[in-house]
Amino acid sequence: MLSRKASCNSHGQDSYYFLGWEEYKKNPYDEVKNSSGIIQMGLAENQLSLDLVESWLERNPEATEFTNGGTTFRDIALFQDYHGLPAFKNALAGFMSRIRENKVSFDPDKLVLTAGTTSANEILMFCLAEPGDAFLVPTPYYPGFDRDLKWRTGVEIIPIHRSSSNGFKITESAMEEAFDHAQNQLNRTVKGLLITNPSNPLGTTMTRHELSQIIHFANAKNVHVISDEIYSGTVFDSPSFVSIVDLALQHENSHNGDDLSSRIHMVYSLSKDLGLPGFRAGAIYSNNEAVVSAATKMSSFGLVSSQTQHLLSSMLSDEKFVQKYLSENRTRIKTRKQMLVSGLKDLGIECLNSNAGLFCWVNMRKFLKSNTFEAEMELWRRLIYEVGWNVSPGSSFHCVEPGWFRMCFANMDERTLAVAMRRIGQKEI
Amino acid sequence: MHRVFFPDFPWKTLQNNLHNGPRPGPYFKRITQLPLSLLSTTISCSFPANSSFVFVHLSCYFISYQVKNPTSLFSLKTMSYVSSNRKPLLSRKATNDGHAENCPYFDGWKAYDKDPFHPTQNPSGVIQMGLAEHQLCFDLVQEWLVSNPEASICTKEGVDKFRDIALFQDYHGLPAFRNAVAKFMGRVRGDKVEFDPDRIVMSGGATGAHEMITFCLADPGDAFLVPTPYYAGFDRDLCWRTEARLLPVVCHSSNNFKVTRKALEEAYAKAVEANISVKGLLLTNPSNPLGTILDRDTLREAMSFINEKNIHLICDEIYAATVFRQPDFISIAEIIEEDQEYNRNLVHIIYSLSKDMGFPGFRVGIVYSYNDAVVECGRKMSSFGLVSSQTQYLIASMLSDDQFIGKFLLESAGRLATRHNDFTDGLRQVGIKCLNGNAGLFLWMDLRGLLMESTVEAETALWRVIINDVKLNVSPGSSFHCSEPGWFRVCIANMNEETTKVALARIREFVLRNGNKPNRKEKCWQSDLRLRLSFRRIDDVLRSPCIMSPHSPIPQSPLVRTRT
Repeated sequence: MLSRKASCNSHGQDSYYFLGWEEYKKNPYDEVKNSSGIIQMGLAENQLSLDLVESWLERNPEATEFTNGGTTFRDIALFQDYHGLPAFKNALAGFMSRIRENKVSFDPDKLVLTAGTTSANEILMFCLAEPGDAFLVPTPYYPGFDRDLKWRTGVEIIPIHRSSSNGFKITESAMEEAFDHAQNQLNRTVKGLLITNPSNPLGTTMTRHELSQIIHFANAKNVHVISDEIYSGTVFDSPSFVSIVDLALQHENSHNGDDLSSRIHMVYSLSKDLGLPGFRAGAIYSNNEAVVSAATKMSSFGLVSSQTQHLLSSMLSDEKFVQKYLSENRTRIKTRKQMLVSGLKDLGIECLNSNAGLFCWVNMRKFLKSNTFEAEMELWRRLIYEVGWNVSPGSSFHCVEPGWFRMCFANMDERTLAVAMRRIGQKEI
Repeated sequence: MHRVFFPDFPWKTLQNNLHNGPRPGPYFKRITQLPLSLLSTTISCSFPANSSFVFVHLSCYFISYQVKNPTSLFSLKTMSYVSSNRKPLLSRKATNDGHAENCPYFDGWKAYDKDPFHPTQNPSGVIQMGLAEHQLCFDLVQEWLVSNPEASICTKEGVDKFRDIALFQDYHGLPAFRNAVAKFMGRVRGDKVEFDPDRIVMSGGATGAHEMITFCLADPGDAFLVPTPYYAGFDRDLCWRTEARLLPVVCHSSNNFKVTRKALEEAYAKAVEANISVKGLLLTNPSNPLGTILDRDTLREAMSFINEKNIHLICDEIYAATVFRQPDFISIAEIIEEDQEYNRNLVHIIYSLSKDMGFPGFRVGIVYSYNDAVVECGRKMSSFGLVSSQTQYLIASMLSDDQFIGKFLLESAGRLATRHNDFTDGLRQVGIKCLNGNAGLFLWMDLRGLLMESTVEAETALWRVIINDVKLNVSPGSSFHCSEPGWFRVCIANMNEETTKVALARIREFVLRNGNKPNRKEKCWQSDLRLRLSFRRIDDVLRSPCIMSPHSPIPQSPLVRTRT
């Protein structure tokens, strides 16, 4: 009675990534009411700097008010232009540039506003690929991509495997292998690569060399590159962040006549950097006018609320606030991450060396009974039910090596993290 | 030369270019001598192997134009369709006309954009009557906002909620939001029915809702029956990315465009014959563009029809609260309760606050389904277009204020009734009739008497006159797939009283100047027609002569003019 899409499970919600959330909801930790409940360490949210936003709001009531002299409620309530509020796009372009220390500047006319990156990624799939086509995605990757890239679009994800042997870096041979597998064994046309930089779940940024390799590869195969830079504002340590937009520009300058820049696209959102996932404020950035044009029309299916655009345009145009926020936010993330890393280190648990993100990629391989995913699941169940941690097993991120877990640290207060650390110390794993 | 057929090439863009752009000469090597004005709508393009030129085939007329230097001709901003080695860079969906925006009727918007009416700054400009918006009650909302600052999470009264709301991205939606919307939907229907908050699924406006329900119910190639005339946006919303199709159920003015069982059966039979799988029926009630409501018999027939055929029923009730006069609105939610034999799993309601409250910018779309599996699937799909939590919070506050809502609904109906009467009276005085309607934000105006002949071409010609001479941007019936030429949708709730008077005066003056033209049997090729539309050839190729998407730019909005 329903469509095939409705009846299949490509929405990906049967994955362990989401099942852990279900368990947490049944028995959530609360300092007072349920101190033995499960601590949520599976949610990559940034709750560390919302007080800065709150105090900005308190200091700037007129910025978001509806006045008769300036913007009226009526103007905002009626505004449904899919090109977006110019003031918001200008402010967002400026904000994105600030995050990249002004090494790149963004043209507001190349921005397409979308309902979060969930929608942005799906729109790009609809624009760049036919049902049945493939996109190469390096593992481990965010489980939501299985839904966002594949579900309603009919696009397939072919993994480019990364392993700990070289710190989970992308290699040329891994890309070639994935491409070959897609085209020759699975008979699918590869339309592009999608990378997340900084990486979820690794928490690392890609080096200039890695990005160049990717661009070189995409150029040779004549395919697109989408860079999901949703965590770009969470880079708290060196090496400093290199955006694909930066590299694309450099490549363009040195290879005249190439249409590479028409195949490079970036995706962004304010959900992680500003900690505002509820506002559904996402964007696509592309040099390809046809993509911007098509994506803009497709954004009709999920525009950003004009009320939210109005609020955010005020906030992000305040340069002093933005500067202070970005710097303070990075510091807090770094401190919190170090707390988790050193806490784990004291227990003999190592994390991948990271310089970004709201989580650590934790090496629990030595606790596995065997080097298998079954053993990983068993360990995960013990972590949830015996230790009371909802962490995310590496297999839910399609990692090829069992034993890695993503642990989030920015979605709780310091005391809760301390409790989490104490718990594992008390248990025998 | 190897001929490759590109069915999804944006031929409408090309067509527009060929008309608006350079004449034959530098770009065309004309192979036959027939004039360019006889360009048909069925154009296909082929890229020969060496791609130095393009053949434009006008298959109906067996004319070919060899287009030289295609890249320069096609060098629009939107052109980056192929990479340097001819591999398609973008998908078919990104490059076809499924968004339904490339159409001749762009002219109306262009005319308005170039010369927008302003009572003092540009009193002779074009008045926008093509935008179905409800602008009559903002004063009430403004007043409520001032008295309820805590409804905003940005004010000092509300900022303590900021954090929780900003972090809230659960696709179930804020419980307070769902409760408030369910209650409001009940109120709008005179509390004759109750809605279950757990069946409320969010979406990116009704636009997102229609696409989402289609993804849930239909596979590519499946079809929905839809009575004509219907809102042009459906072509995009239900068909573009979903690859579903719309099949018209033709309605006629002879019985006030009633949706008859006979018409439904005919449309269904036609689909079966053509081997098309029909998945459902889409009704808009109250109707856009008719401004009428469906009576109880029609709704019952529709229910019986879909139950018999075991297909879905999607009821778009986006204009439910714009009913300003008797008879009372009857929702499908009421009909469902009448007979336990009805299969509730087939029924889904689409709703939004864009029309009833006048908040199109807030993108509050709702799918309300009686089918649990659809609710569950829809909820997961709503991730692609959730309502901003900031907006959910505001709406939850506003719609739970019973006193305010009661006052708003009453006042809104009253003001719509007055505006409707002002227009219909004014039009009646010069002999223009409208379909007798009691809802909506527009009139369905009968200008058949002013047509030179009963054809789409004549309607288009009249429409151009209305835009260019009378200076009103109204929407021609053909853009709503109306089967009878001569009807026009005129929006009346998106302007103030002064503008209303000006619009009426202009219409009066035009009618008195031109009078009624008798229908001429003989055809005449009107040289000022820029498009020769062979109506008999239109069928599915010219699926969507359309009005501009409501999400397309409204450059005169002060917010668009703002540049910081």
